[in-house]
Amino acid sequence: MDFLIFWLSNVPGFATPFALGVLGMIICERSGVLNLGAEGFVLVGAMSGAGVLISVGDLPLFALVIAGLSGSLFGLLFGFLVTILRVNQVIAGLIMVFLAQGLTSLLSRNMDWVNKPFEGLSKLNTGIFSEIPIIGPIIFQQDLLVYCTLLFYLVAFYFIYRTSIGLRLRAVGENPEAVDAAGGDVILLRLLAVIIGTFFLGLAGGYFTVVVSKIWVDGISGGRGWIIIALVIFARWQLSRALLGAVIFGCIEALIPRLAAIGFQLPQYFVLMMPYAITLLVMVWSNLNPKNITAAPSSLGRPFLREERN
Amino acid sequence: MVKINQNYKIKMEKITKSFGDFLALDDVTFNLDHGEVHALLGENGAGKSSLMNVLSGIYAPDHGAISIDGKVVKINGPSDARFLGIGMVHQHFRLVKSFNALDNIALTINQTSYYSEKDNLRHKILKKMDEIGFDLDLDSPVGLLSVAEQQRVEILKVLIAGASIIILDEPTAVLTDEESKGLFKIIRFLASSGTSVVLVTHKLKEAKEFSDKISVLRNGKLVDTIIPGKLDDEALIKLIVGEVFAEKPQLSKNFGEEKIVISDLNLHRSNHAIGLTDINFKIREGEIYGIAGVGGNGQAELSTVLMGLTKLNSGSIKLAGYGDITKFRTDQRRKCGLVFIPADRQKYALAGELSVADNYAVAAILRGDLGSWMGVKKLGKQLSTVEAIEEFDIYGVQRLNQNAALLSGGNAQKLVIAREFSSKPSVVIAHSPSRGLDIKAAAFVHRQLLAARDAGAAVLLLSEDLDEIMLLSDTIGVINRGRITAEFASPADRQIIGKAMVN
Repeated sequence: MDFLIFWLSNVPGFATPFALGVLGMIICERSGVLNLGAEGFVLVGAMSGAGVLISVGDLPLFALVIAGLSGSLFGLLFGFLVTILRVNQVIAGLIMVFLAQGLTSLLSRNMDWVNKPFEGLSKLNTGIFSEIPIIGPIIFQQDLLVYCTLLFYLVAFYFIYRTSIGLRLRAVGENPEAVDAAGGDVILLRLLAVIIGTFFLGLAGGYFTVVVSKIWVDGISGGRGWIIIALVIFARWQLSRALLGAVIFGCIEALIPRLAAIGFQLPQYFVLMMPYAITLLVMVWSNLNPKNITAAPSSLGRPFLREERN
Repeated sequence: MVKINQNYKIKMEKITKSFGDFLALDDVTFNLDHGEVHALLGENGAGKSSLMNVLSGIYAPDHGAISIDGKVVKINGPSDARFLGIGMVHQHFRLVKSFNALDNIALTINQTSYYSEKDNLRHKILKKMDEIGFDLDLDSPVGLLSVAEQQRVEILKVLIAGASIIILDEPTAVLTDEESKGLFKIIRFLASSGTSVVLVTHKLKEAKEFSDKISVLRNGKLVDTIIPGKLDDEALIKLIVGEVFAEKPQLSKNFGEEKIVISDLNLHRSNHAIGLTDINFKIREGEIYGIAGVGGNGQAELSTVLMGLTKLNSGSIKLAGYGDITKFRTDQRRKCGLVFIPADRQKYALAGELSVADNYAVAAILRGDLGSWMGVKKLGKQLSTVEAIEEFDIYGVQRLNQNAALLSGGNAQKLVIAREFSSKPSVVIAHSPSRGLDIKAAAFVHRQLLAARDAGAAVLLLSEDLDEIMLLSDTIGVINRGRITAEFASPADRQIIGKAMVN
């Protein structure tokens, strides 16, 4: 029983960065922009968050905001490439990953941010609630961003399904010509979606350093950006399934240290491999169902160009 | 000429538009009256669509002025046009397939809030539908609706947006005779309530039957504006193509042996999609077997099954001289003399990013006519392509290594036919071979099919255009929901075939 409570109380902390990242990816890809650069935006956010804490001071919430904004800034470059210059989205996304890997290790070395532990964001003090048995540790002993993430999902749900801009966002990923004919600005919509989407990817990265590891080392995200991409496919680009997928992965990631703690010995590299092996399984399982393959926005990855000649 | 009317709804004066060296519109003056249905008639590339794209703000004209209700206006984009009450129903619908009709309409109108206005909008749409006699399911994804229903969504889009001028670009290209009649009833109703309608079409018959005025465009110039009924068909065709041109049916004179025998074909598809059920027919040498039917009733399935691109559930295909070819792969069937002209030539018949020469020569290369797999004879490839370009009259090829995607529809189809016919085929499977082609190009395609037939080939012609079926076929089968429901020997009665198509 203790094992279970311990395990479950760790799940939100592991699930939150996935949830944030997938939220960002869905906003971005619903607009029709294929974003394979997730790992890059996560890394940029992670480093910026750590950098603020080390160089500016102990302001974890400010650090998280900067993490998101630096994700957006980097996303602006990506958005410019894929919407205005119409660079191939696969290539542009991969470039963002390699660029981010190089840039973050260069910058963090120059600024002397590597391997410097910091205070980071601690759990929220909910007073008496955290004393409630079972529910207390699982629900009320979490950090602020865990709750914020749920709020973000609610806002995003309202925004995407209930507002006219959300309607256009969904439409532009399916058939940009329809939006163009309706007088909407396809390029602007997509650029906005990329900037907002990469904000959440940066925020997810910030969570890894500011809340989880409380230290920056090169490549700290360890490929979780790619898991986020897999989760989007699992989620069929839908928010509710995204949250479910994030929680499932949170459970898996939280289980591994718990197993080690109770003396269940697993080879280290096997443990490190687990998330990717499971990602692979999820992908295989997702694509066994034809519904998932066709769930992608129809114009995903297709640049928009108003036809000048029929 | 039509009487002078100072109070035109729209005056487009001296509109010129060029693309590079190509003059798409040359000093065109076009006037649209209040509450009239005005047909814009002409061949592909005559400038009909360009003119309407100028009016709807998609193209900016090089010269010329547009005035609405006597006031000169500037149309700088589709949103300007919408604001001025101009609505266009494009030939290729601009719909979001995964959205329902309601959301598609909501997308086009600038509402401040979407969700809270939804009920209001639904009410408004239902009222409009009631007014003009539409029947439409507002809640299923439009991708699941029939083409005619999707068109209704497009029409509702422009009506709800408050359009007083509606442009319909080739609206009947995808409709059956019956559906077209329904559409024109609605167009007539809209016109009688004051809406001005521009009907862009290349179909002479509907322009004559359903419009108040006809303007004919040819090579980017407005040739004349006439009142239908004042000119006979021949004179009108002369206006359109610049020369008299009419195709007459030519039935086959000598049938040979049974070439291909198709028995009990069955193809099941998931989700209740139409497959094939108990298909039986045979085609003799020197015969064109035409399959008439409304689009989506199994034509695509039948053609791909015969070419071996789709696997059958049961049934057999027997080819004279080869026996049962049911288990043959596509390349083996091609070796037996089967050739294929698919409906979507850009997607299935051509590799747009490859050169004209590559697209043409691929058949000969695969046959081994141009060297072994170790090396293709480049010169032979180019020479044979040049010959084909001349023989099949393919225009618009500046260089042999130019992308095939740059060819216009008619010329792309000529290239496909040139390639497919380069091997003296014994069985030709042609699916909507003249779809989207103008009169001249369509006639060329028809001549090629007739020539193949007269050379002794068995030709299967699947077409949604009943006129084409009537014109070319020696025997006519009707396909309906994946079954051949009727078979007629030519000449047959058009009405009876039409009925069999929709029953």
